[in-house]
Amino acid sequence: MNFSWISSYWPLLVAGAVQTVLLLVISVVFGFILAIGLALAQIRGPRWLKWLARGYCTCLRGTPLLIQLWLLYYGVGSLLPLIPGLRSSFLWPVLREGFFFAAVSFTLNYAAYEAEVLRGALLAVPKGELEAGKSFGMSSWQLLRRIWLPRAIRIALPTIAGEIVLQLKATPLAFTVTVMDLYAVAYKVRQDTLLVYEPLLVVTVFYVFLTLLLTRAFKLVEAQVPVRR
Amino acid sequence: MSSTQSVLELLAPYPPGWGGVLLTGALSTVTISLGAYAFGILIGLVGALGKLTGSRPIVIGLDLYTTAVRAIPELILIVGLYYAGTDGINRLLLAAGLPPIEINGFVAAVAVLGIVQGAYMTEVLRGAILAIPVGQIEAAKAFGMRPWVRFRRIVLPALMPNALPGLANLWMSVTKDSALIAVVGYQELALATRLAAANTKHYFVFFLAAAFLYLGITLLSNMVFRALEFRFRRGQPKSA
Repeated sequence: MNFSWISSYWPLLVAGAVQTVLLLVISVVFGFILAIGLALAQIRGPRWLKWLARGYCTCLRGTPLLIQLWLLYYGVGSLLPLIPGLRSSFLWPVLREGFFFAAVSFTLNYAAYEAEVLRGALLAVPKGELEAGKSFGMSSWQLLRRIWLPRAIRIALPTIAGEIVLQLKATPLAFTVTVMDLYAVAYKVRQDTLLVYEPLLVVTVFYVFLTLLLTRAFKLVEAQVPVRR
Repeated sequence: MSSTQSVLELLAPYPPGWGGVLLTGALSTVTISLGAYAFGILIGLVGALGKLTGSRPIVIGLDLYTTAVRAIPELILIVGLYYAGTDGINRLLLAAGLPPIEINGFVAAVAVLGIVQGAYMTEVLRGAILAIPVGQIEAAKAFGMRPWVRFRRIVLPALMPNALPGLANLWMSVTKDSALIAVVGYQELALATRLAAANTKHYFVFFLAAAFLYLGITLLSNMVFRALEFRFRRGQPKSA
């Protein structure tokens, strides 16, 4: 075991860790917002919206993330230059990057999985609590914001923690579209130094550490939720 | 898009089109998944029984295995196991004074994915066994059934309904995880697609086609698992 490479590669490792965390945060935050919409569409939407949301979830959960990522990066990416004027616009430097495509595909994928979790949680909120809110004269928007959604999120907290960990474990795929995330750094170290196991090991320790951190954080959040026993 | 080749020509099953390559890739994806799934169930059964009835060191070892596999990203596991496995076997051969061998990509893929599946299987099956009412197993013991007979006649049929949803999820995840094998260079659907796309420059068409193939596999599997669930739950009360 030889870890002397760390001394020269640590700035890259830190930069990779930042990219990994950034991808995770972006996909979880935006994915969650999208998931709320998808879940509500499946529960309360008009029929066409219901089917649309359900079809979206089925398609994104039924295909590998790697294919979705490549479809966006190589597929849509190859079509984008055909749009006139885009290449010279201010958006181009962003659209050229693998990071943009990774963030978008991870977000869309996370939303599909999270929507299913939220759908179940929204349906699990006791009817009486919603009726109580209604009888207080809350509008449906207020009801959603003050009772339905907060209660559903509390119910789903343990599952959400699990989904976020799964999302973290999916982020290394970004390396296949030239994102310099943590795994990509390990790959580069391997190519430079011909060490196979050491870089993988270091990176793995970081992922496991991040997982532990996430589960601990969620334990703390869950402890805030009042439970009647 | 160049208009020289239409989408239908691109996806045609015979050589100028790439449909055949994609279908072969899809077949290879399904075979790898089936192999890894079977291997995973085997590991899972042994692991679950080991966790439930094994001695302390066995339980600690199995805990380490399941925790490690579930905490480490799949891609890292697959790449790590792939290189560590092939490298390890060749080192063993070298130590024994034998020439190194080229490890079959299919076997390596099945083994690596199977080891990953096995960890999740262990937990699913352990939970399913724990959910069997103790009285049923005690009754079997009281009838004087030996452990193997007890397992075959009582435990296995009773754990199936409990384990099926988890088993279905794991099948879905192995069909999708098998795409990661493309990263270590074994040709299955994902890599075949990439090849076809890079050759023709029609990236969008081919990745969309691959997505539909994967979706087809998923939807078909859904139907199979629904039928299985119906069968294994026969005789159980309908509600809940």
